[in-house]
Amino acid sequence: METGLTQSWALAALVVAIKSLATLVVLLVYIAYVLYADRKIWAAVQLRRGPNVVGPWGLLQSFADLTKFLVKEPVIPAGANKGVFLLAPLVTATLALAAWAVIPISPGWAVSNLNVGVLYIFAISSLQVYGVIMAGWASNSKYPFLSALRSAAQMVSYEVSIGFVIVTVLLCAGSLNLGDVVRAQDTRFGLLGWYWLPLFPMFVIFFISALAETNRPPFDLVEAESELVAGFMVEYSAGPFLLFFLGEYVAIISMCAMTTILFLGGWLPPVPFAPFTWVPGAIWFALKASAVFFMFAMVKAFVPRYRYDQLMRLGWKVFLPISLFMVVAVAAVLQFTGWGAR
Amino acid sequence: MPSLVSDYLPLLIFVALAGVIAVVLLAAPFALAFKNPDPEKLSAYECGFNPFDDARMKFDVRFYLVSLLFIVFDLEVAFLFPWAVSFHRVGLAGFWSMMAFLGVLTIGFVYEWRKGALEWD
Repeated sequence: METGLTQSWALAALVVAIKSLATLVVLLVYIAYVLYADRKIWAAVQLRRGPNVVGPWGLLQSFADLTKFLVKEPVIPAGANKGVFLLAPLVTATLALAAWAVIPISPGWAVSNLNVGVLYIFAISSLQVYGVIMAGWASNSKYPFLSALRSAAQMVSYEVSIGFVIVTVLLCAGSLNLGDVVRAQDTRFGLLGWYWLPLFPMFVIFFISALAETNRPPFDLVEAESELVAGFMVEYSAGPFLLFFLGEYVAIISMCAMTTILFLGGWLPPVPFAPFTWVPGAIWFALKASAVFFMFAMVKAFVPRYRYDQLMRLGWKVFLPISLFMVVAVAAVLQFTGWGAR
Repeated sequence: MPSLVSDYLPLLIFVALAGVIAVVLLAAPFALAFKNPDPEKLSAYECGFNPFDDARMKFDVRFYLVSLLFIVFDLEVAFLFPWAVSFHRVGLAGFWSMMAFLGVLTIGFVYEWRKGALEWD
């Protein structure tokens, strides 16, 4: 009896491990092509060809880059604090990947169907500041130190607006489970019933805050080449640098996935009738997340970089008051019109 | 208890696997790559100069201020989460008590704005 129970637990754990590994591998391959797409889109906007040598149309470029990172000489500066210096990229990459444990790609398909998924994502994205601060401090070099301070201040500033945006979505959805948030958007109106329309200002704020939170242009003050060279990554090379790079792109894709879940109906088809409902939910999810990433890439190509004081002003004096007001407004509308009551 | 385990054990397994992948990617170049360190290569980067000072220096107090403000507002958001989820169950009393809480915080926010805590120049 006892051994039978242990065996069934071991079997369940094995199934979860295989599922997790499959998710991670698919995610990492997806990231490889997101990276390629990012470079190609940027190149196309600037009338260049972009990566086109490795493989047909350069399709294997990311894998060539990976190989190069793995055989390059890793340099640890003599003045650096070695333990923390190596721990920082590890923390960044692991936390970025960890967010994907709760993201529902299709109905009921998440490695862990947490009933507090939104809270978990919020906590993980708050922790990501630590990777940056540790890297900047441990490098014992001036550019990384300044850049880590800036980056930490920037990330926490926009974290607050993201928190308020999520609260307004939760007011409408009434659950912290990411799957339930998607199900709450499943109406007979299709894409008009998703939250991007009723909560349009919050959708815009969330998108822009996501750019700032992940240090994407136009908010990439951290690695403003003209001032701070490569930001907190200046002293990093080879494997540790690869982990920062990977962590950054995984975080970007997590933000795209969160935008999809909170505002674009997750795995739901845009028009709720026959030919569209046959397409598997995971495909809709991937399409929507890729479309959001396309917006990220286009913003990178079009918009000039912000100045640091403008960035802090936008976060604290524009987004925070607006999102605070919107929480009150949405709550009042729900309370006094009775919308969304179940 | 079983639901707690079945919810959080997969999470632990997933995070552990992510950590293993990260460790492998981190350790691989140390095992594979050719290493030829010299004092110049290992010194801190400073645009061609020799680093002339330790980098753990004083920094602007405004960064500290921002992190303080962040703690206040992040805690506020953490308070709002349970309220938002049970919004349709707590009724009018719950609505007005949260509005009062937000009102107090807004007064604090206006105060710090007027005091210039949000200025960067």
